[in-house]
Amino acid sequence: MKKIVVLAKQVPDTANVTGDAMKADGTVNRAALPAIFNPDDLYALEMALAIRDKIGGEVVVITMGPPKAAEILKHSLYMGADRVMLITDRKFAAADTLATSYVLAETIKKIGGVDLVLAGRQAIDGDTAQVGPQVADKIGFNQITYVSALREFNDNYLIVERDGEVQTEVIKSSYPVLLTITGQANTPRYPNCRRMLQYFRADVKENFNDSELSAAESNDWIIPTYALADLDLDEDRCGLKGSPTKVHKIKSIMLKGGDLKMYGTKPTNIKQLVRDITKVYVEVN
Amino acid sequence: MKSIVFIEKNPVTGKLRNVSIELTYKAYSLSKPLKGEVIGVFAGDALPEDTDRLFQYGLDRLLYFTDERLKHLHSIAYKHILKAMIKSEEPDIVLFGATHTGRDIAPLIASSLKTGLTADCTQLYVEDYKDKGKILFQVRPAFGGNILATIITPDNRPMMASVREGVMLLPEKHPNHPVKMESFPVDFNESWIKSEFLSVVPKVKKVDFNSAQTIVSGGAGVGSADNFRLIRELANALGGEVGASRAAVDFGFVDKDHQIGQTGSVVRPKLYIACGISGQIQHRAGMEESQKIIAINKDPEAPIFKIAHMGVVGDVNEIIPVMLRYLKEEG
Repeated sequence: MKKIVVLAKQVPDTANVTGDAMKADGTVNRAALPAIFNPDDLYALEMALAIRDKIGGEVVVITMGPPKAAEILKHSLYMGADRVMLITDRKFAAADTLATSYVLAETIKKIGGVDLVLAGRQAIDGDTAQVGPQVADKIGFNQITYVSALREFNDNYLIVERDGEVQTEVIKSSYPVLLTITGQANTPRYPNCRRMLQYFRADVKENFNDSELSAAESNDWIIPTYALADLDLDEDRCGLKGSPTKVHKIKSIMLKGGDLKMYGTKPTNIKQLVRDITKVYVEVN
Repeated sequence: MKSIVFIEKNPVTGKLRNVSIELTYKAYSLSKPLKGEVIGVFAGDALPEDTDRLFQYGLDRLLYFTDERLKHLHSIAYKHILKAMIKSEEPDIVLFGATHTGRDIAPLIASSLKTGLTADCTQLYVEDYKDKGKILFQVRPAFGGNILATIITPDNRPMMASVREGVMLLPEKHPNHPVKMESFPVDFNESWIKSEFLSVVPKVKKVDFNSAQTIVSGGAGVGSADNFRLIRELANALGGEVGASRAAVDFGFVDKDHQIGQTGSVVRPKLYIACGISGQIQHRAGMEESQKIIAINKDPEAPIFKIAHMGVVGDVNEIIPVMLRYLKEEG
């Protein structure tokens, strides 16, 4: 029996910038990108569910974000999460990794009795890979990053493989421990049909009108939200205020046109291309 | 402007990781104009064999602590030791290589010191900022590489940043400082060892982009794992290395070791041939500094043509065989 927390994030789908998301000047219209479940976090959730399914316990998925982030919590319920928590407050906005990890760590302490925290290796919008370790620091857990496989686990310990870049490490740790998970670790399960029927109406409380509310409550459709005050947080450590890093400037990337020489596709054209490549090749080697 | 650089050893070769040398020189160029010191911090089972090289790239001093128990990445132990070293020097800047080791330890230290850490910086410079005096400006791609953000840590010290290997260049001419090593006393606490390393297997390195003058890369446009053999043949014919876009890796055409881009390797070959790669920012971030870029793509609007020097609009699976034929003829 283990109490497992999964840290998840809703992110803009930065990997598939196409069509409407690209402005005429070649820059990205961030508002037009669809919001998705951060890919690495799905591997973390899958690992949590697999562990619970075998040795029992509870999987709690927590996310910090705007009310819309409830969408990924709903998806977590579809996949099999036992409990979800949406940490949402305007005062959390513009948090860097230090402020974010503070809020998540305090939430984990509040949940209490947590044995295992699983997070994705990194989120595709910021690509920092910092929140997981910074949570581990604040809750005093052991940490193993870049976990690429779960080899063995039971109530007392787990054994994982870590992608150590130049080597693969097989590491055993007892609980409590925080792991960050890479895409090599597993294949996330599909949403469960029965659970989709059960939770398809799940949402934050504000989105139910008065007449729906009692049905929502009795059916367990309400995704609970927690604000700064609910978690007894120090406001000075949250959001922009609690973030030592500030964004000084943002520049959209635009392509600079180069001195491009085009070739046709006829054999003679390709022959010329090969000649020109060989020329470069001779020059450089 | 005092700088600290995290010095990392490649556990397989026992030598310095390149990024440690690159960042030493970067710290030197940031600190020296302001008469600041550059200090290395190292923890591990034994010093890297080629530690002296750091002093040839501007290191003033190296603080080190060696202990057999640090043979493996015991994150918590590394955090305590490196944090103590950093605190003893009160630096303005701390730089980490954005390796799987650096990215494991740096966030722990930043969290523990309650300061800012900016990941994967591509440019670092020092300038005056309002009434704060000189601070570090940290430029990094964000949002999947679609924007470049300049991040500052105006009110906290140290200002911490990580940089990937191959991003900061080494000069041909460099300073030559005398070797100065200082053993750092640590009261090692057994409770810092929380993991047990059951086995460690070196990865077989299949790809060597560092020494490759020519890289031939394939993307989604190659179409299949089977077709990807054409990319290998072209790379072979040119004596180059095989690269790939993330799409090609995601589709399973080729192993992840070949991936070039934001989430892969950063390369700067003299000749880069992009085959069936549209040139999303994610990929460009890893190759646009190449000296000559050749693009072959079906889509004439593909962004890759905006940065290419030579281009062909067409199907790579038709064009590469013709290229191979002429390459053989040309010898």
